[in-house]
Order: sequence, then C-alpha cells, then structure tokens
Amino acid sequence: MTALRALTAAMAKAFVRDRMTIFWSVVFPLMFLALFGGLFSDRSSPRLDVVAVGSVAVLDQLPADARAQLDQSISVTTSDDLGGSLARVRSGAVAAVVTQDGGTVDVHYSRADQVRAAQLLATFSGLVDATNLAASGAPPAVSLHTAQVEDTSLRTIQFVTPGLLGWAVAMSATFGSAVNLVAWRTNGLLRRMRLAPVSTSSVVLARVGVSLAVAFGQVVIFLAVAVAFFGLKLTGWWPMVFPLTLVGTLAFLSIGLLAGSVAKTEEAAVGLANVIVLPMAFLSGSFFSLAGAPGWLQAVSRVLPLRYLNEAMLDTMVRGKGPSSVLVPVLVLLAFTAVLTAASARLFRWEP
Amino acid sequence: MGVRIDVSHLTMTYGALVAVDDVSFAVEPGEFFGLLGPNGAGKTTALEAIEGLRRPAGGTVRLDGHDPWRRDPSLQRRIGVQLQASSFFERLTTREQLRTFGALYGVPPARADRLLGTVGLEDKADERTEKLSGGQRQRLSIACALVHDPEVVFLDEPTAALDPQARRNLWDLLRGLTADGRTVVLTTHYMDEAEALCDRVAIVDEGRLLTLDTPAGLVRGLDAPVRITLAPGALAMDQVPGIGGVASAEEDDGGLVLTTREPAAVLGRLAARGALTGLSVRGATLEDVFLHLTGREYRS
Repeated sequence: MTALRALTAAMAKAFVRDRMTIFWSVVFPLMFLALFGGLFSDRSSPRLDVVAVGSVAVLDQLPADARAQLDQSISVTTSDDLGGSLARVRSGAVAAVVTQDGGTVDVHYSRADQVRAAQLLATFSGLVDATNLAASGAPPAVSLHTAQVEDTSLRTIQFVTPGLLGWAVAMSATFGSAVNLVAWRTNGLLRRMRLAPVSTSSVVLARVGVSLAVAFGQVVIFLAVAVAFFGLKLTGWWPMVFPLTLVGTLAFLSIGLLAGSVAKTEEAAVGLANVIVLPMAFLSGSFFSLAGAPGWLQAVSRVLPLRYLNEAMLDTMVRGKGPSSVLVPVLVLLAFTAVLTAASARLFRWEP
Repeated sequence: MGVRIDVSHLTMTYGALVAVDDVSFAVEPGEFFGLLGPNGAGKTTALEAIEGLRRPAGGTVRLDGHDPWRRDPSLQRRIGVQLQASSFFERLTTREQLRTFGALYGVPPARADRLLGTVGLEDKADERTEKLSGGQRQRLSIACALVHDPEVVFLDEPTAALDPQARRNLWDLLRGLTADGRTVVLTTHYMDEAEALCDRVAIVDEGRLLTLDTPAGLVRGLDAPVRITLAPGALAMDQVPGIGGVASAEEDDGGLVLTTREPAAVLGRLAARGALTGLSVRGATLEDVFLHLTGREYRS
C-alpha cells in the first residue's frame, strides 16, 4: 500500500509541476471550446455586404418593416463607382454589387464562396418576387415560415462540448501513459523498480489513478467553463459523463501504453500519440459533426474508440438519453482496452 | 548482516557477442569487492546478472543461496542497487526522491530523511533533482540505494563523469559502507579507485576474468621493478653505470627514468651525487598488472 501511495504521489507531483502538460491537457482544450463555442455560437448566417450603385428601386422603395427584415441578412451601402465596386466583389471585400435599370435588377456576385452566393441569390430572388407580388396587388397564396431547430434546443455549444471533452480526455490519457512509460524506461527507473519489491500492478494502478484524477478534473473544469461562459445547458443525465470518462480514460491509457511500448524516445512517443489521437479526433466528430460525412467515413469512424466516447457523451449530456444508451459504447471501450493492453503486454520492454 | 555472493561459470551473450565469458568468483559477507576493467569489458553486464536484471545465458548466480533472477521480494529487500544512469522520478525534490524510494521498501519518511545527512545533501533537500550537480546526483542515487539499509549494495560506476574532487569526496562516503558488515560490489574503470576502496579486485577484460586478489597482492605478484624518475639534467646518461643496481635506464622528455629492484641502495647513491631534487619514485600499480596480463596499455 505504501508503495502504491508513494508512486501515485510521485506521478501526481510530476503532472502538477509540469506547466506544459497542464497547458496541453487543460488550457488547450478550453481554447478550442472558446473558439468553437464562443466565435461560432449562435452565429445565424452572417450579414452580407452589398453595394447599391445608382438608384435601386427594389431596395429604395421597400416598406420600412420589410427593409428592417432585409437588413438582418444583408447590409447595403451605396456608391457611384461601378468599376471600383465590382473590383471589391472580385477581391472578396463585399458580396455583391446591385444595379437596377428599369424592370431589370442586376446582381454582380462571385462564386468563390458558394454558401454566400446561394444566400445572396435567394435573398434577391425573394426580394424581386415580393416586389412583383406587391405590384400585382393579389394576396399571397402560400406563405413560408421557417424556424431553425438549433436555435431553440441544440445550439453550437451543445454540440461541440461533448466532442471536445472527449478529445481532451483522450489526449491527456494517451500522452500521460505513453510519455510516462518511455521516460521511466529511458532513464532506467523501470529497471530500478524491477529490482524493488514492488508489484507491476502497483505501478499500473498508480498511473490509472493519476490519469483518472486528471480526467475528472478536466471534466469539471470544462463543463463549468462551458456552462458559466458559453451557456451550455446540461440534461439531467449529465453525471453519466463520469463513468464514461472512466472507461474512456482506460481505453486511451491502453493506446498510450501501446505507443509507449513501441516508441524509443519521449519525442517519438509524443509524435506517435499525436498521430493517433489527432486524426481520430477529426474522424470521431470531436471538432465537427459527422452527420454530413460520406458513408465510408462513417464506417471508418465506427472502429474508433473516440467516436463511441463522443457519441455517448453527447447522448447523455445534451440529448438526455438515459444510462441504457451508454451500454454499447462502454462495452466497446472496455473491449478496446482489453485488446490493446494485451498487445502492449507482449511488446513491453523493461530495458531502454 | 552481509550477503554472500557466488558466481559460477557465468556467461552472458548479446546475440553472437559473448559479453561475459565463463566468470566465477565469490564475495564474502562484509567484503568491498571491485570489478575493474576498461569500458566494454563486460563489468556492467556481469553486475546486472548478479543483481537479477538479466538472466544468465550460462552458469549460476546465488545471493545467500537465492537465484536473483526470480523476483523474490524478501531477497529484494536485502539488496540495494545504484544503476549506471541516475534514475529518478521526474520533478521531485531530493527529499521526495528519497522518501519515494524508501516507500517502495516500506521505509518510513523519517528514516529516509536521515539518509540526506549521510550523503551530505541536507541543504539540497528541497531542490528539484534536475537542478543537482553530477556529484550531488550520484550521492542521491547512492542514498536511494541505501534507503532501506540493505545487506548488499551494488554500485555501477558510481564516480563516472565526476571531477577528481567530487570523486574523492564520494570515496569517503563509499569507504564507510562496509562498516556495519554490509557487502559492497562496485564496478569501475578507474584503477586508483579500485586500489583505494576495494578489499579485493577482479580484473575483467573482453568478458573474461583475468585475475582476482587484493590490490596489494596483485601488485606484489607482479614482482615489478620500481621506477625512479630524475629531473632533467640531474644525472647524465653516462653516469648511470657508476650507480650500480639499475636494471634499465631511459631518457625521455620528463627526465631520466631508472628501473631497479634495489630502490633503497640506488636512492642512497643518488643522494650522494646530489641528484634528489625533483626526483619521483613509483612502485608498480594495477595499471602495470593490467599491462602485464593483457600486453596492452590500460586505457579506460
């Protein structure tokens, strides 16, 4: 027991006293949270800058309430310089130039940003249709009412928090075990430990304990920041994040163990851990949703443990699904842990 | 206190390379035993087999009758090991290192702290290990090997890469290790270190044990002449035959070098000629023993 306690304390101090590790495991993921949650949050489609050259009747003669609605999607400035304004469209400084010659409205735009272009064309064709309809004096036969679902229940922060949290937990567990193993092997501490009356399980348990404490710390800090500053709303099943973090940490400790068994230097271990975790984070929907991804990519993501962790976190924390929804992900992650740990045990070396 | 070590026909191989070749010796409880040889001679490999870090390819190692390769906690508690590299936990202070290593052996913190004084590191107790000097790190690694008061201590090149002053300071510490009957086995490539510290020395080269005796016994067995070096100009070469008892004479940059088996008589006659200023006398050393055994100059 004293050995387990001493090893745990030694590993914990090594973590707490290393500013770089703290940065990568706590501050860095929070920066991503701020980036995704803060900058992109609730950004309904950005307003487009449009330059009106000369008099543009469809804009100028718009009733005040219709004009106010239009101003939510485009921002109109006026100019007399057609050539200069077109150059600004080409350079991307503004979205379009509008002119009107009698019954013809000309919209000069660029296809460089297709989303912007589509939004622009829809806006102006709607405007022209509305003007024609108003001129005919007939009441509209059909009217359209749209509502974006994300705005009422699933805002950006709701989507990105579980994925980023999964990535943060995966990263620190993988790096923790990989770097620890290689450092102790290269400085000879592993051999020294082998000659002491210490069981291998004490060493492994100490590592698991410290990594779990770090992971739970990440969860608490991460969720607190997301709720307090970015308006994250958690469902009643959110405490399921703790058992999920437990099995997720075990799975990624085993990945780190494998990377540490293969790598010969600390630098190689860090590189290998990066090569494994970073693409996995992209493919598992940590940074953006995979909903629109092609089928083969979806299939690839199904063999990645982070996909299961992310999805289970999203289901319980945000979508409010109960414990039964995490059963499959937990079993997958545990099976993953068992296979990788067995593989690492075969590759394990005491000697540098 | 004290463990008896029996090494019998020990052979260690790395693939086709034979690192240790049929080496046998025994170390008595309480003895300070040295494995001396140039780098790459196989000392460390032999020591690692004795510690239980490597499995012998052939032959046996016994510590008080136990096979060290089988990880036996009751035997491990009696063994202290200082490995060649300074193996420490990252970002711990000197005191924390000692307490952590102590805890691996169930030693209470207060007892671990006492070792700080033994190795003279009290004023570095709260310093991170990474900030210690080479000599201080070696002292700490020796303290970590001693923290559980082992009956036998293995030291692998404890003074390697230290400056002469730090080496001599460490010798004072090492000399005290056998005081309460502890067995000490040390590897070194420093001849003077083996002569200064060891009760008995085994000279190893290319994996083979060349000879084994007390340092004095090894030199005596060599029956080598004494070398007398005279300051340049103190005596001319053509005066040498007149002195008598000189086995050989040779002039080099440092002056005239005489060898003799009757040093007392020769020195008397040199004194009579007023040639003692700047004179130095050197008996045979372990380096001469190595030269005699291998036909090669000793180069560590």
